[in-house]
Amino acid sequence: MELTLSVLLLFMIIGAIYALFAEDLLSALISCGIVGYGLVICFLLLKAPDLAIVQIVVETLTLIIMVAVVLDSTRHDLREKVVIHEKGNSYINAKYVFNVLTVLVLALFFLFFFNQAIYKLEAFGEHTTRMATAYIEQGAEKTGSANLVTGIIFDFRGYDTLGEATILFTAVVGVLTILRLKGHK
Amino acid sequence: MIVFILCFILFLVGLFGLLTSRNIIKIIIGLSFMEFSVYLFLVLIGYIEGGQAPIVVKGIDIQMIVDPLPQAMVLTAIVIGLATKAMLLSTAIRIYKKFRSFDIRKIRSLKG
Amino acid sequence: MQGMSPIVKKVAQLVMGFIFVYGIYIITHGHLTPGGGFAGGAFLSGTFILLVLSFGSNVLNLRREEEEASEIEGLAIFTFLLLAVIGFLLGMRVFFGNFLPKGRIGELISAGVIPLYNIAVGVEVGAALLTIFLALVIYKEEISK
Repeated sequence: MELTLSVLLLFMIIGAIYALFAEDLLSALISCGIVGYGLVICFLLLKAPDLAIVQIVVETLTLIIMVAVVLDSTRHDLREKVVIHEKGNSYINAKYVFNVLTVLVLALFFLFFFNQAIYKLEAFGEHTTRMATAYIEQGAEKTGSANLVTGIIFDFRGYDTLGEATILFTAVVGVLTILRLKGHK
Repeated sequence: MIVFILCFILFLVGLFGLLTSRNIIKIIIGLSFMEFSVYLFLVLIGYIEGGQAPIVVKGIDIQMIVDPLPQAMVLTAIVIGLATKAMLLSTAIRIYKKFRSFDIRKIRSLKG
Repeated sequence: MQGMSPIVKKVAQLVMGFIFVYGIYIITHGHLTPGGGFAGGAFLSGTFILLVLSFGSNVLNLRREEEEASEIEGLAIFTFLLLAVIGFLLGMRVFFGNFLPKGRIGELISAGVIPLYNIAVGVEVGAALLTIFLALVIYKEEISK
């Protein structure tokens, strides 16, 4: 199981790296689709069918919207060079080097905390469900719903869903406001 | 263990794209990679070897159900990610109309 | 936006109804099988997106559809809040209280108000995604004029 997931994740990482270094924006988006649909297969292998259904629909809709944005615009990528040749003499692009150094510092920062957290976790596949024992044992009787995820979303954690609905509404109002060219009565 | 490390590498790839690329579409793609890695990490934590999907049917062993709590959290997070991505894309398309480019180095009118 | 070729139009005509019914099935069986309001709402909006993409943007009055979609979204959120407040007033003084009888686990009409919450969230997510897509299409139409 762990081996299958590792191979899939490696495939997703290769797709991600290609998406970041592609010249054409359209091929970058298609490689982004590799990562999203790989995530769907990972969810199916990890016994999370609800997430797989949601992710496969959401990924398709996101790809449609992103391709619609890119298709009528300039499609070539703007890549910064490490060494700039200008008027005969060449010098090092200081901004790009600074950005890469920032990424390295942040990566070391995250690595420190990741290293501390990874030893507190149980190994893969030996989760003890300490926090969710009550949800699993009594969730079906208390909510009456056979699907435990739906029971948790709408009953035990209803406030989360309320906040999610509010965020979606705010995003729609924001998109309508940004994309309106001229006000109509 | 190795799955967690690969997940972290995917997060770092997204961070690299977010901070070093100069194209708005590439920045949004990097942000979505970071989102994906966090979803996968949360679901990986709740997995049990040989577990069943969290749906109660007759004759299921209740000890072998995978943890439904991270799945519920990720389910809301996916839809929120779609909403924020739509908002970012509409901002990008307005920027393209004003400056005729996705290059964030050309956006100078907000500079003091 | 132009429509596509007659083959695409015919296939879209044949497939669209099945996708819509499948979305409704996923929403209403959300408390029994995998799925629920979020996935089913995305299916419902996908049907309308397929319609606009295959038949071109002249098949619908886009402005009116956009306004109606955002109104339906507001009504769905209002229904969601109303159900939660009814649970607060009638039940055991708990916000999001389950005030209907639970029924037997595994039947279609069971789990109290959870199917009603599922329907409200499904309509809300579908209307929100449709509004975002229609806003983008209207923007592109006005840009190209």
